[in-house]
Amino acid sequence: MRVLAAMSGGVDSSVAAALLLEEGHEVVGATMKLWRGAAVEVGCCSEAEIDDARAVTRSLGIDHHVFTFTDDFDRHVVDPYITGHAAGRTPNPCIACNDRIKFDRFLVRATQLGFDAIATGHHARVVRRDGRVRLVRGADAAKDQSYVLHGLGAATLARCLFPVGDLTKDEVRSRAAALDLPVATKPDSQDACFVLTEGGRASFLGTRIPLRPGRLVDAATGADAGAVAALELVTVGQRRGMGGAGQRRYALSVDVSAGTVTVGPREATMVDVVAVTAMRWTDGTAVDRDRPVLAQCSAHGEPVAARYEGDVVRFLSPRPRVAPGQAVVLYDGDEVLGGGEAA
Amino acid sequence: MESYLDHAATTPMRPEAVAAMLPFLTDRFGNPSGVHRVSRVARAALDEAREIVADCLGALPGEVVFTGGGTEADNLALAGVHATAPGRVVCAATEHHAVLHACQALGGDTVPVDADGVIDLDALAAALDDSVTVVAVMLANNEVGTVQPLADVAEVVRSRAPRARLHTDAVQAFAWLDVASLAAPADLVAVSAHKFGGPKGVGALVVRSGVQVAPLMHGGGQERDRRSGTHNLAGVAAMAAAMRATVETRAATVERVAALRDRLADGLLASVPDAAETGSRPSKVAGNCHLRFPGTESEALLLLLDEAGVYAAAGSACAAGAVEPSHVLTAMGLTPDDARASIRLSLGTTSTDDDVDLALKTVPEAVARLRGN
Repeated sequence: MRVLAAMSGGVDSSVAAALLLEEGHEVVGATMKLWRGAAVEVGCCSEAEIDDARAVTRSLGIDHHVFTFTDDFDRHVVDPYITGHAAGRTPNPCIACNDRIKFDRFLVRATQLGFDAIATGHHARVVRRDGRVRLVRGADAAKDQSYVLHGLGAATLARCLFPVGDLTKDEVRSRAAALDLPVATKPDSQDACFVLTEGGRASFLGTRIPLRPGRLVDAATGADAGAVAALELVTVGQRRGMGGAGQRRYALSVDVSAGTVTVGPREATMVDVVAVTAMRWTDGTAVDRDRPVLAQCSAHGEPVAARYEGDVVRFLSPRPRVAPGQAVVLYDGDEVLGGGEAA
Repeated sequence: MESYLDHAATTPMRPEAVAAMLPFLTDRFGNPSGVHRVSRVARAALDEAREIVADCLGALPGEVVFTGGGTEADNLALAGVHATAPGRVVCAATEHHAVLHACQALGGDTVPVDADGVIDLDALAAALDDSVTVVAVMLANNEVGTVQPLADVAEVVRSRAPRARLHTDAVQAFAWLDVASLAAPADLVAVSAHKFGGPKGVGALVVRSGVQVAPLMHGGGQERDRRSGTHNLAGVAAMAAAMRATVETRAATVERVAALRDRLADGLLASVPDAAETGSRPSKVAGNCHLRFPGTESEALLLLLDEAGVYAAAGSACAAGAVEPSHVLTAMGLTPDDARASIRLSLGTTSTDDDVDLALKTVPEAVARLRGN
């Protein structure tokens, strides 16, 4: 096959391209330039990362291109991330990036250029079983990225290769070392590539939207329970900064227009349902409501037993509430069935 | 089959230029700044090259400062004059980044252009006053090829900003235009050897007598204290040879290449539905063909053309190879989508009918493929 490999300059995508070559595919590497800010501001997409990707393609003996998708990244990833936080939600920008950039913009570009498939360094697997294409967790449970890929439908998955999905991260690193790839010892990248700025989320959002102070309100009594410096930075479920001397208190909900965060003890955070919107299914059709599923509610969260009931996902035993904006992804074992956004 | 249509990015070296530089890479290796015979031989060659360059640029030998290329020449002009005459800096909105970013670094302002990329003289007049000490307006644009009315610009500058020095970036102009006469109204003129068949890494700045420039780098005081550093004699000799060859053949080259360019542009405008040309043909240099194909993205189009052996460009490629949105096209009023759908096919002295034929066959196919039909 003719494969266009998305290469970030990191070790996973570098090994992915190398593995495809070993399998005999015709491979061309491409790095997406997504972030338009100063190269020093973030780790991702900087000239140093592009240089790293190019160094890998040189050592593999393959061609390399750079695609500029900065406008689309702003519109479909960065802006919704900012407006989500401004509304007191906690979006996952990696999901938007995969949906709109890597497995849309990049895939379309690859198709235009005559490639049969694209490849990335994601830790996940595409499995063909019973005539269906399925997305399955990567072999390394700790590095699995199926959660952020859950929005990909079967038709898209059929044109995607995740060559490192069968390997553990240690195996990826040893393959990189064995191949003498120039990025073998590079540290792992982080989620939300563009928020790596020194100062993290607070600094990133603080320079783009006004961060407003708010009041903490006790859920049981309605009493004032202290202050919070920035409503837009509170994630439902967080404990830090929620006050409660002696007794731990957690954020239960954020109301940006009222300027309040409702707080309560651990028991008050426990819920047995989460409302979901914009559900998408790998096969294009919803699963049977009686079918037992596993629900994962954050990028590195534990999957828990649940049932899909249409507008809500019901947990079989109570769990801490899901921050609005996070994805709720449903699995059958290791296989992704679909997912939506916590309302 | 291959068709190199990126002469505005760089040109293949002329054989005369290669021949001219070889002796200085081998036997005549001397440093021109010395007293012994080896140095004196080098010095004589440097002096001879300077006379040729001066003659080709309509300057006196003492007015020629050799630099490490066009970007350095532009920076030396703007920062060098500004350092000796602090004040406001003004440039056209469509300047090459070497001028635009140098201007911005000095806190300068830009002047708008019309839809063809020609500077708005009224806006220029409005932007100027006695506080302005540097004005930079390029002779020919690197992306769309538009030639600026430098004599008119000079008149506005003289009347509105009497203290100001006028710099012109003639990097893209030299291959096509009589720079010696067209740049005569400018106080400073920048050129770069590799745009007209010389090697990369060498250029020149004309600094007219009486104009003061402070050096960018401190050192041995070469080039009359305006540009320190041991001379790149091989490069300078090659630039002089390429300049002389360019000037001697320029009129014939322009006539021949303009005909090729017209056949290319007219052919593509006729064969590709909705294709449009950016800039007005009569106000462009002969080698420039700038077209837009709505419904395509240049980044993808260039790669399809590359696969078919047609080498073209879009916007201005940054060091990492990413195509950035063009400030030139934006300044000319193109929508972001139209700017993204634009490519530059730039011809040169080595361009042939075969090059045009391959592009005429390949571009419509690639555009159709990207449009999904």
